[in-house]
Amino acid sequence: MRPEPEQEEGAADGEVIPIRTGADVSRVRRVTAAAMATIGASKIETTRMVTAASELARNTLDYGGGGEMRIAIVGRMSKRKVEMIFSDRGPGIADIALALKDGYSTGGGLGLGLSGAKRLCKEFEIRSVPGEGTIVKVVSWTERP
Amino acid sequence: MTHFLEPNRIPIFQIGDCLLLTIQVDLEDRMIMTLKDDLAERIAKTHAKGVLIDISALDVVDSFIGRMLANISAIARILDASTVIVGMRPAVAITLVELGMSLQGVRTALDVDRGMELIRRGAAEEAARLHEA
Repeated sequence: MRPEPEQEEGAADGEVIPIRTGADVSRVRRVTAAAMATIGASKIETTRMVTAASELARNTLDYGGGGEMRIAIVGRMSKRKVEMIFSDRGPGIADIALALKDGYSTGGGLGLGLSGAKRLCKEFEIRSVPGEGTIVKVVSWTERP
Repeated sequence: MTHFLEPNRIPIFQIGDCLLLTIQVDLEDRMIMTLKDDLAERIAKTHAKGVLIDISALDVVDSFIGRMLANISAIARILDASTVIVGMRPAVAITLVELGMSLQGVRTALDVDRGMELIRRGAAEEAARLHEA
């Protein structure tokens, strides 16, 4: 078996990042930052999206028992957006509305992960089936005149 | 002086009765847990009165890192040292507020100089109070 080639940091488009360890959460942050740079996002937009990605990656790890993140750059020219899909095959979320409430946590955290990520991204969608897993899709883009 | 020039460990410097550490790398969870332990031991060993944590190189503080900073600050307080987080980037501050984290109980200053000033002033006030009592 050949060792996996070192991923190029800028090559975020179409990448699938497995989320199995804390180091993978860091990798998700780096890849997100690179994708936001590709679409020419501002510092604050980049920080928002990287922070949201970090929260969601941690949820995937802590509550979903691991999973993956797919990242893609969609749209063309100045309308390009960064789209990320986090998925796991964990226990799922029985009550999504409750899980989206600030301060609600089943894992001893602050309960800001989901609700915070939702506030930080332009688009946020969540689907979860108890016993099957959870999928969260977030999209962000850069505001330019 | 610093004792922890090892990979995956954040070096802690001593300046007078202050401990200074500067986070220059993307913080992995394990590193910040180690830092918490290292710092508690160093405070006890050096009798430091203040801890300055420079996060100017950090471009993301998520709720986990925020919680750890608050924890470190609480532990230091119990060990009779005050903590000041310095150098937070504006984008990080905006994002933290939007995320819903107020970092309550954590003192902040714009840069290391001002942070040091805060700690010195705190120590001076403390000394004055003890003198009067």
